[in-house]
Amino acid sequence: MKSTYRALYIFAISLAAALAAILLGAVVLEILGKDPLAVYKVILTEPLKDLFGLTEISVRMVPLILVALGIAISFRSGILNIGAEGQIQMGVIAAAAAAIYLPPLPKIVILPLVLVAGALAGAIWASIAGWLKAKLNVSELLSTVMLNYIAAQLYGFLLRGPMIDPAELQVGSGTPQSVRLPKAAWIDRIIPGMRLHYGFVIAIVLAILVYVFLWRTKWGYALRAAGAGPKAARYGGIKVETCLIAAMALAGAFAGLAGAIEVTGLHRRAIEGISSGYGFSGIVVALFGGLHPAGIVPSAFFFGLLLIGADMTQRIMSVPANMVLVLQGAVILSIIAAKMLIADQYLFERFARMLEKRGRKAAGGKTKAGAGKAGAAKVDRRREQP
Amino acid sequence: MNNEPIHSLAVEGITKRFPGILACDSISLDVGEHEILAIVGENGAGKTTLMNILMGLYQPDEGKILINGREVHFRTPVDAYATGIGMVHQHFMLVPNLTVAENVLLGMREFQKFLWQDMEGVRKRIREISERYNLPVQPDAYIWQLSVGEQQRVELVKTLCLGARFLILDEPTSALTPQETDDLIALLKRMSSDLSIIFISHKLAEVTALSDRIAILRQGKVVYRGTTSGQSVSNLASLMTGHEVVLPCNECTGGSGETILEIRNLKVRSDRGFFALDGLSLSLQKGEILGLAGVSGNGQRELADALAGLRKVESGSILFRKKELANKSPRSIIEAGIGYIPEDRNEEGIVPPFNVRDNLILKDFRSKHFCKGPFFRFDETRQNAEELQKRFDIRCASLNVAAGSLSGGNIQKVILARELARKPEVLIAVYPTRGLDMGAEEFIHERLLELRSQGTAILLISEELDELLNLSDRIAVIFKGKILATMPTRETSKKKLGLLMAGISGEGAA
Ligand SMILES: Nc1ncnc2c1ncn2[C@@H]1O[C@H](COP(=O)(O)OP(=O)(O)OP(=O)(O)O)[C@@H](O)[C@H]1O
Ligand SMILES: [Mg+2]
Repeated sequence: MKSTYRALYIFAISLAAALAAILLGAVVLEILGKDPLAVYKVILTEPLKDLFGLTEISVRMVPLILVALGIAISFRSGILNIGAEGQIQMGVIAAAAAAIYLPPLPKIVILPLVLVAGALAGAIWASIAGWLKAKLNVSELLSTVMLNYIAAQLYGFLLRGPMIDPAELQVGSGTPQSVRLPKAAWIDRIIPGMRLHYGFVIAIVLAILVYVFLWRTKWGYALRAAGAGPKAARYGGIKVETCLIAAMALAGAFAGLAGAIEVTGLHRRAIEGISSGYGFSGIVVALFGGLHPAGIVPSAFFFGLLLIGADMTQRIMSVPANMVLVLQGAVILSIIAAKMLIADQYLFERFARMLEKRGRKAAGGKTKAGAGKAGAAKVDRRREQP
Repeated sequence: MNNEPIHSLAVEGITKRFPGILACDSISLDVGEHEILAIVGENGAGKTTLMNILMGLYQPDEGKILINGREVHFRTPVDAYATGIGMVHQHFMLVPNLTVAENVLLGMREFQKFLWQDMEGVRKRIREISERYNLPVQPDAYIWQLSVGEQQRVELVKTLCLGARFLILDEPTSALTPQETDDLIALLKRMSSDLSIIFISHKLAEVTALSDRIAILRQGKVVYRGTTSGQSVSNLASLMTGHEVVLPCNECTGGSGETILEIRNLKVRSDRGFFALDGLSLSLQKGEILGLAGVSGNGQRELADALAGLRKVESGSILFRKKELANKSPRSIIEAGIGYIPEDRNEEGIVPPFNVRDNLILKDFRSKHFCKGPFFRFDETRQNAEELQKRFDIRCASLNVAAGSLSGGNIQKVILARELARKPEVLIAVYPTRGLDMGAEEFIHERLLELRSQGTAILLISEELDELLNLSDRIAVIFKGKILATMPTRETSKKKLGLLMAGISGEGAA
């Protein structure tokens, strides 16, 4: 009985949060002089109308899922990785370098090597922060952000100097990008004419593997214990410091792999701005998905939809695509608020009591239950903060 | 109604359900002015839940709370405090990274002015209270530096600072030394002249010494209500458990003579940096229970931590079967066959968000028995949990609930079940029966004696002299990080131990 209340409660809060986010966005749109309803309609329905929209959403989902999986592992292990952006860039560089500088080899050999190179680079980059945390107790928030800056500079330097496409220098346009990767290092497209590539399959398979890893293996147990109760974990013989470094390395590996897949599956050369904020959006996707693969995949779909929808509104309704950032911000805020409310025992108790009373009344005669649950939760929330 | 005195507090028909469990089943109770009501009952009987409802932490499913005959609704503990009801929780509610004064400040609105905190005012208030009631605390010590007993005192001071006129104390004595307990009982007796008190305890001697009236809970129901006078401890025990409780006694045949653990000249630092163990030596024989008596804070925690590999050993050695264990990793110590029941059961003994099943394999989750390659064998872990639940009578709605949601005594049973079932060669048991009801205590004592007869060496760290005298083959007394004396249990007495624990040794104690 209580658990159904719990589910209802979470649903009501989530609904209220979503409404709040939409409302916030609507205010901004109103200021811009656009019709919020029409814009939302475009954002939420236009991309779903044809195969192109759907495949483009899936294309965005790949890095979002991969980054979010890594974030989920690190957060669950008690270390907050916000350096995925830099880890993606390191992954791109390593993957591109491997593809360009390795001798010509058959695809079956080179492609895995390239992807592993990307994952490894991300892992090493992230482990620096993990190591600093474990050995010197340096806050990972600080170190990962700093490492982001370094990675960004390094990335820019390499694309402008050592790795720049010689053709760019000849022509003199000097666009910072590498040469095209050899065909053997490409991830194939799934549907002819669409950009969707097999990286999508990799991402989904990895989502399942991460679930198995975290909840079905002893390694996952150790990591989760280190995150959920470090003192007890140490007592139980788990090396918490090692877990922190391992979790960070895994998170970095996922981000690095995301970079490697972007470069081999989509752009096929290292270009500027390739990470396009996935490192940060991935955090939101992970939190929105409850730090669980089963939540991360749909949540990545939702954010992919927002991204594509924003592109389309820009084209169709000339609303700046940056609007999507505003929406993202609104969504983040409402998620945080919703999370706090969901964790709020008092509020839940009151909600359950209210439903129960209604249920009893309903059983007694007139039925009125079910109506306006979200609204009621919102009223409660206001009363909660005097 | 802010400063209205509380003449009476009553609950009527309080019912509270948790998933799969009826924690309180239509409970009615009342407490009058200046009265002390004791609530006793088995682990998981619903005592804490009822008190949490009184404090507005939980909402009852049914029933109401009446103060001075008027119905009240507490939505949060803030409401309860505003009415003058304060509670010292069974699990401490202190922020470890803050100082004592800062913790007190958290609940005190009047000392928090816009962007400015009147720390001096708080300190003054703390000093006032601690002097008035003779409860020494250091306002500027960090909580993480304090022993459990000291934290308990801070909780009490905090509650009093917040202006509580109706005190709820949930197992306040379970972490205190016998001396502290006596002081607290005397203090509460004095305080009852201007306060009303609800007092929860598993120690029936305290209950009979302190309370005016008694209520006994069993499985969420009030099964007995009456005045204290005329009730004996054994009478209460049988009312509570439904059978007569006889704590088992060690027959004192002594160990096997074969030394299994030898501690030499151990030096270990406390959290605060001084030497908590200052050249401690001790040896443990196979098949014996060595009781370690001492007032808490004399190095017990550090000794246990060092033996478990959780604290750095500065010098000295720990020889287990002639092999050095000092500064080995906790894992290698566990694998060598050393078990450890820690003092801090809520944070150290269990991973609170993990379910009971997962907590029961905390030390064995890598073993071949529970894992096939890296993958868990879920059938095995479930079977293990079901078996231990039955054997140790762990009461919980299901094995899949978070261990942190169990009642205090049942958390302790989870830890005991895990540690005892591993059949360690050496078991370090720190306050193993703290927070357990009489029936469970009897059961655990039996298990400890059984392990002993199977050859396990047990280092029993306790402040309960009765427990030590009942179970130990030998008793050592720890004082200021050193062993003052070690003697066979039959050659000692409560009085002698009491003197030694106070640091009076040699001729004076003879
Ligand atoms: N938040 C919760 N969620 C689920 N079950 C709970 C929760 N709190 C308590 N319970 C369950 O309610 C029952 C009563 O617990 P309670 O803590 O009131 O017992 P208690 O009488 O204080 O026991 P103890 O002497 O061990 O402290 C237990 O079975 C416990 O598992
Ligand atoms: Mg309790």
